[in-house]
Amino acid sequence: MSSIDFNDSNAVVIIGSGAGGGTLAHELTRRGVKVVLLEAGKRQSNASFSQVPGDAFAQLTWLDPRTQSGNWGVARDFPTLPAWHCKTVGGTTVHWTAATPRLQPWELRAKTVYGDVPGTSLIDWPIQYDELFKYYEIAEQRLGVTRRNGVPGLPASNNFKVMYAVAKKLGYKQVHTGYMAINPRPADGRGFCIQQGFCVQGCKTRAKWSTLYTEIPRAESTGNLDLRAECTATKIEHGADGLANGVVYRDARGKEQRQKARIVCVAGNAIETARLLLLSDSAKFPHGLANSSGQVGRNYCHHITGFVWGIFDKPVYSWRGATLAGVIEDEVINEPKRGFVGGYRMELVALDLPTFPLVGLPYGWGRDFSSIIEGYRNMAGMFINGEDLPRADNRITLNANVKDAYGLPVPNVHVDEHSNDQAMRKHSQGQMSKMYDAIGAKRTVIGPTPPATHNMCTARMSADPRDGVTNAWGQTHDVKNLFVSDGSALTTPGAANPTLTIVALALRQAEYISQEMKTGQI
Amino acid sequence: MDELVSINRREALKAATGLLTGLVVAGSPLSLIARGPAWAVDLSALTTPEGSTLMAVARTIAPHDKLDEAAYALVVQALDADAAKDKKNRAMLKEGLAKLGPRFAASSESDRVAALKKIESSGFFQAMRLKTLQVLYSNPIAYAYFGYEGEAFSKGGYLSRGFNDLRWLPEVPAEDSGPMPT
Repeated sequence: MSSIDFNDSNAVVIIGSGAGGGTLAHELTRRGVKVVLLEAGKRQSNASFSQVPGDAFAQLTWLDPRTQSGNWGVARDFPTLPAWHCKTVGGTTVHWTAATPRLQPWELRAKTVYGDVPGTSLIDWPIQYDELFKYYEIAEQRLGVTRRNGVPGLPASNNFKVMYAVAKKLGYKQVHTGYMAINPRPADGRGFCIQQGFCVQGCKTRAKWSTLYTEIPRAESTGNLDLRAECTATKIEHGADGLANGVVYRDARGKEQRQKARIVCVAGNAIETARLLLLSDSAKFPHGLANSSGQVGRNYCHHITGFVWGIFDKPVYSWRGATLAGVIEDEVINEPKRGFVGGYRMELVALDLPTFPLVGLPYGWGRDFSSIIEGYRNMAGMFINGEDLPRADNRITLNANVKDAYGLPVPNVHVDEHSNDQAMRKHSQGQMSKMYDAIGAKRTVIGPTPPATHNMCTARMSADPRDGVTNAWGQTHDVKNLFVSDGSALTTPGAANPTLTIVALALRQAEYISQEMKTGQI
Repeated sequence: MDELVSINRREALKAATGLLTGLVVAGSPLSLIARGPAWAVDLSALTTPEGSTLMAVARTIAPHDKLDEAAYALVVQALDADAAKDKKNRAMLKEGLAKLGPRFAASSESDRVAALKKIESSGFFQAMRLKTLQVLYSNPIAYAYFGYEGEAFSKGGYLSRGFNDLRWLPEVPAEDSGPMPT
């Protein structure tokens, strides 16, 4: 751990310490680059993780005020919480459920493959799949992903036994306990999975990969990292030359600080990354930094999600075991005959008892509502993770009418679902209901769309600077020493849980940045 | 059960304005964890009749016939704590209670449902619904009732405590599952 001077204009400042920011910090510091890592949240540890679901939620979740608009269910059902991600050192890798599938080659060519879908802003990725694949392989080793590189799968839980039986009944073939960044046996200085079912509350055995106890301490041990927790970036500043030259932030006591920078990398999760760029407007960049295209905050994607529960006459105890360790991948195809473009995964899921009635069930009360909860013991669960289509007006904007603790406008999240999104959700819920019915579920229950855990594409990579915010390395088209280093940079979401892709892109970006620094380009 | 003050060790609270009490029913989920034969919840902002009405509201929102009254009393305890902290909150509860009237708790379930349907869009009802769902399912009585085992780290997880003990379906072939850690 080092201390970097506020006026050290040779520092790289990274904002956010999750999958993107935490990985990038490690990759740069191990190459000898001095990094200031700003993290808005507090630092927890496997010892301090609360195992009381409500307390853990409060301990880890980003709960700063946000507003919503648009017709998606989250705005109606969870008006104050559009997204469920973390505010803590390690970012959302602290509460993630560690599913790490790869994007498919055709998903990187969404525009070409899906064609001209009216009402969308689809584009192709500016990266070839072979190029991304190289970094997937490194990322999978880094994260210790199961079913890759000789790492065995996680053992099947009760909940997965139900998923497996129902999937096979419907003829699905690609069904297994998932590609998971969870150690099935001790590795990399981390423990193994003891099937606690508390992935979302922070993994006390550290079987689940998180930058909190991998990349960040490794970056600290290089002597090149200055991690500043409880420090919230409020503005990225630039000089007369149009290059970023510093970051203004509030420290743990709310005091304004200013850190000079040679390079700034934003990795605050898609809502805050877009918000920070928009907040960083100036006379030179009147619509926000790196926003000459007007694309900052637009094309917000969040995946098509939703729960389906099957209630049986015998116990399942779905809460026992790794939360998301199971997947059906057969529907990750582009088959427009199903009535929509793009694919979806069906993933295993369970919710702890306190969270289940609040998040897992559609709005309701009374006898019918409580009778579902009566079946909690005998309930199995699945979750959709499907590709949603980008739309120019599904976007993050600044809401000037609502201010945060520092008097800054809060982000507004606007989502109007495309008919393709709705058709995909309907198809997937139908398949899952059919599956549970096929083995004699007493009842199947379709849950709501929960607050978005995958937030993406609000500063997307594009070949043409008019279509997006960054180039293929996450370097903004407008400001060459400003980078986007999180899921915001994904061009399209595909149907894969985004963390593996975020890590792969951060590994690739780190090589690029260090190369460009060496040659004096930035 | 720290949330429930046992009658035996209950200290006289100067500020107490109301009290909810009940007996621990033999064989109930609560009887497994209760410290004594009765339970009690002190109220500091609400009266006993108000507490009883709110308890009936909670039971109408989330009826579980065999779940101990004490679990619903915990919802009222949380509402009372919010009301004690915030005047606006207290006013909202009092206003909602006035609308429901003094006979709500004693009326039939269908009448209670009808009365709540009429005020479903009110801030009072929505706050009641949310608080009921937040508190009713997050306490040890509910854990015992629904069979939820909760935190597992301190007991070594569920690895050797039944995470894969389901026997009414076929086992998953090895290639789609994984080995137990040794």
